[in-house]
Amino acid sequence: MKRSAFLNLLLIGFFVAAGGVGCKKTKKPVTPLASMGSQVPGSGAERRGPITPPTVPEGANVGGAEPTVATPLTDPSTGFTPQADIETIEGMIPDTAHFAGQTIYFEFDSSVVRTSQHSQCNAVGDDLKTKPEAKLMIDGHCDERGTEEYNRALGERRALATREYLIGYGIAPERVFTRSFGEDRPADPGHTEAAWTANRRAEFILLLPPK
Amino acid sequence: MIKSIYSLGFALVLVGWCAGVGTRAGEAERIRISAEAWSTTPPIPIAMSGYSGEVDRVLRFDLEIAGFKFVGESDSSCQYVLKGGNSGQVEGRLTDALKRATLFAKAYSGGSVRSQAHALADDVVLAVTGKPGIARTKIAFKVSHGQTSEIYVADYDGHGAVPATQDKSIAAAPTWRPGHRTLVYTTYKLNNPDIVSHDLDSQERRVVARYSGSNISPAVSPDGRRVAMVLSKAGSPDVYVANIDGTGLKQLTRTREDESSPCWSPDGRTICFATRIDGRRTLAQVPSDGGAIQRIATSGVVNPTEPDWSPDGKYIAFTAQMGAFEICLVKAGGGEAKLLTSGEDPCWAANSRTLIFTKRGSGGKRFLSLLDVPTKQSKDVLQNIGVSSQPSWAR
Repeated sequence: MKRSAFLNLLLIGFFVAAGGVGCKKTKKPVTPLASMGSQVPGSGAERRGPITPPTVPEGANVGGAEPTVATPLTDPSTGFTPQADIETIEGMIPDTAHFAGQTIYFEFDSSVVRTSQHSQCNAVGDDLKTKPEAKLMIDGHCDERGTEEYNRALGERRALATREYLIGYGIAPERVFTRSFGEDRPADPGHTEAAWTANRRAEFILLLPPK
Repeated sequence: MIKSIYSLGFALVLVGWCAGVGTRAGEAERIRISAEAWSTTPPIPIAMSGYSGEVDRVLRFDLEIAGFKFVGESDSSCQYVLKGGNSGQVEGRLTDALKRATLFAKAYSGGSVRSQAHALADDVVLAVTGKPGIARTKIAFKVSHGQTSEIYVADYDGHGAVPATQDKSIAAAPTWRPGHRTLVYTTYKLNNPDIVSHDLDSQERRVVARYSGSNISPAVSPDGRRVAMVLSKAGSPDVYVANIDGTGLKQLTRTREDESSPCWSPDGRTICFATRIDGRRTLAQVPSDGGAIQRIATSGVVNPTEPDWSPDGKYIAFTAQMGAFEICLVKAGGGEAKLLTSGEDPCWAANSRTLIFTKRGSGGKRFLSLLDVPTKQSKDVLQNIGVSSQPSWAR
């Protein structure tokens, strides 16, 4: 194909960029976000860097937002107990080592706290009863044999089921918090049955008041 | 003005080829790219010549994933001929081989040669199908680095990837705010899985949901004004909806099960998600303003998760877990499910025919792949930045 043959027909100067090619826009360097010094989000005055806190604080009843539950009460329709506001643990110091021996394990695709795991949960509950100033974070984890966001929800159900067990054991609901890591933080990075068994777990993290 | 120049070129070529009209008429029934994703359609035969190197590779990638297959110009099945070159700028002339008519002739300037080639591919798709191509669209996805993960943005073929986050924390489940250069995703940067919106131009991030428990799986409504997500603050993972700035939070489901992966119908009225009803995992839907939960049947497959509603409203793509993961399709009202290919976490392009999804390779290593649903032609996205998953198509 000779170029001259084209010239009769060409749309010379058809600017691709003007046609909305998006790649040009991404050439702007990505500003690294400043690392967080503590668990407390930065003040709203910081524009770049730390994540700006919510426009409306939790509890502000704006536009149909649900009012804050001051003392969590069991929801009769689900049988589950709501969690206290996240602000009540902002700034607390996590101690991941304290309950490292009490990690509990789950069956495939299940969030049932098995009887065989009750002694570890009870040990955590007994210890918490001696530390009224402390709170507890429960991290739920999954093996890799599920889709990612299904696993993130399943990990949360594992943490929540463990929380319900501890509430039943006599720990005040407002002291126990949950979060899920799905399959993102495997204890064993392998792809074997043994690795999967080790990864289906809930870990207990002691939260201590700032000194 | 552009159109008038066009018509001139078109007319000239018509005159030039008049003598040849009719010689191939009736030889082959024309294959049309069907908008119907349900039935398998054969790819459209096209002959291409004159290109080299990267431009040739881009055009082949773009056109095959758009539902074309390459044949020789003398092949009796050939329906379109694309001729041109890339010495300097990319040029192309598309001819209808049956009608012997030039559909367009263009030269491209500005941008990279890749973007020029993508623009030519989109013009071929538009000329043949009457619908805009997807070769110049963007994707966002999760890239895992061991114990941490970041969100990246790239061209739809994986080229030109740039990190959107550099937190050395976990970032997951990115989703585009339609019509904006804004991503909404889950970040663990503040030591809790929180949902933030991230303006890619200003780099400003704002919290959408940071409640006690997990704040996960965001999906922005088609009008860009609301976010559906899964929160567990009430004691179980439930579907909520809020305004894009986090205000106006409303709980839509209140079940003992773990809801996951909400997505929106294109009219914004319905949210589809994965849950469990009577002990069996299922897809379900709920009005986005609140109301009763309705099951969406996916007959023939089990353990459906990760639904994504096609922009034309006709289909829901989802993942079924049946030993391995399978990408499936069901009509939006539910019914018989259709298996498409192995993979997980499908996301539709704006054209309602191309899916991007996650594949697992040897050793569980994840990467992204594209599927043209009507022709079942598939292409892997460039893998040069590590373990990739959870793709979201900008639309």
